[in-house]
Amino acid sequence: MADALTAPVAATPARADGALRETAALVAVWGTAALIAGVFLWILGELVWNGVGALSWEYLTSAPREAGRAGGIAPILVSTLAILGVCLAATVPIAFGSAVFLAEYTSDAGRFGRVVRTSLDVLAGVPSIVFGLFGNAFFCRTLGLGFSILSGGLTLACMALPLVIRSTEEGLRAVPREYRMGAAALALSRTTTLFRLLLPAAVPGLTAGLVLGIGRALAETAALIFTSGYVDRMPSSLLDSGRALSIHVYDLSMNVAGGDRNAYASALVLVGLLLLVNGVAGALSALWRRRLAAP
Amino acid sequence: MTKPAQKPVLEFGTVKPGARPWAPLEERPKCCEPRPFVRTEGLSVFYGSRAAIREVSLSVNRGCITALVGPSGCGKTSFLCALNRMTDLIPGAKVYGRVELSGEDILDAGADVVALRRRVGMIFQKPNPFPLSVRRNLELPLREHGVRDRSAIEEKVERALRDVGLWEEVKDRLDAPAQALSGGQQQRLCIARALALDPEALLFDEPCSALDPLAAGVVEDRIASLRGRYSVVIVTHNLAQARRIADWVALFWMIDGAGRLVEYGSSKAVFEAATHPITAAYISGIRG
Repeated sequence: MADALTAPVAATPARADGALRETAALVAVWGTAALIAGVFLWILGELVWNGVGALSWEYLTSAPREAGRAGGIAPILVSTLAILGVCLAATVPIAFGSAVFLAEYTSDAGRFGRVVRTSLDVLAGVPSIVFGLFGNAFFCRTLGLGFSILSGGLTLACMALPLVIRSTEEGLRAVPREYRMGAAALALSRTTTLFRLLLPAAVPGLTAGLVLGIGRALAETAALIFTSGYVDRMPSSLLDSGRALSIHVYDLSMNVAGGDRNAYASALVLVGLLLLVNGVAGALSALWRRRLAAP
Repeated sequence: MTKPAQKPVLEFGTVKPGARPWAPLEERPKCCEPRPFVRTEGLSVFYGSRAAIREVSLSVNRGCITALVGPSGCGKTSFLCALNRMTDLIPGAKVYGRVELSGEDILDAGADVVALRRRVGMIFQKPNPFPLSVRRNLELPLREHGVRDRSAIEEKVERALRDVGLWEEVKDRLDAPAQALSGGQQQRLCIARALALDPEALLFDEPCSALDPLAAGVVEDRIASLRGRYSVVIVTHNLAQARRIADWVALFWMIDGAGRLVEYGSSKAVFEAATHPITAAYISGIRG
């Protein structure tokens, strides 16, 4: 300690040298940021450039013909949304319950909580093809749901859950301890504290997790090929097989000669859908937060 | 650069060397006939195997302001938290001994903690209004405890805010977020929130130490104004504050690795005729 106090301060580098280093660091930081933004814009530009020509109301509302070379993507859009709906319906309540349990009823150091958290972190990193095989074995065969939208949605839920649970839990844990102490000192019940104080404060975490999870689900091909199948007919129930947009893109670009233009158009729709979901999630969470905080 | 002003900021010449910076303690108003409100017997609080306080027996008098003073880490806050079982929230905390409130041991497993905390409110060092509007901060606990009638709530909200001198300042923005208030206002809001539940006692854990001096002064005055109506226990590092507002003073000190109560008596007795050498040294500023 005494040494640190009495030792002479290290000489500041010569001015020119320092300025050069500053500039280099600045260029590097801006450069990487520009690179990332550039890559994203390039991809988007490529999609728009190649796909926007094929895009029309007609394209969104008609059935595909000639294996997707002609016609539209209506049934595929419906299947995608149905799969996403099933996924969300399963994910939100389960994620919510688990996150509340992990954040409020287990301690950081407790063994059970630690085991659950580690399993979730491992699950979040498992390749999607493994989830696909699991979904095929469990939902399609064991539960007898077959190749169906239900199987696909539930498999996606399994994939999204670890992400959503962990980020909701982080959101709950980030709520200042003072609120809990204050609530306890006012003899508020655990449920009041949870629903009136902690959850509204944790909504941003939940939304962030959900958006990540939905993104992962929408982009998924590997897990869905084995579970929801790739029949491109309009599904008539959740037990029908249905083709998701990402699979349609994959199929058009890999298996269908002359499908490139429509593949781009479908990919553009997929990206648009993703942006839309993000926007809606953000708006809903703002609304919900206000509602929870209101009387 | 211009020459610095010649006028001295402080007129040191007016303070005689050796003089005490405070006036002699006047006799307190007669709220303090010692009638016990809460009594502890052999109270010890452990965090794991470490004793925060050991064997503290103390009787807090009804309607008085009792200050707990002493250096950091000598168990004042642990003692305070044991009085309304906030120790339940601290992982690994264990409490031994007796804490008697109206003849019942509140440490008893069957004790009604909700009823206890309604009777004994608590205000923390850092103002902790909930992330809700000013009004909702008061409404939420009221509704939770069964006050549903609109006009009854309105009335209690206004009375509590008036009690802490906040009504005039916030009556036009009751629906603004509580977080937008200044630190001192937030702390007074927290006091109002506790008062709205009609408690019998309030526990303050260094309520002024996170505030600027002016706001601290306002909060302190409000706490002093609770004398007679509520039993108040206040933890403070500020001896001058204890001297200004307390009727009774308890000095905690770290002895053999655990917080112990070394002296307890009326403010006058502790500040002017301390019996324990540690107290005498602490009060006169030699130690601590």
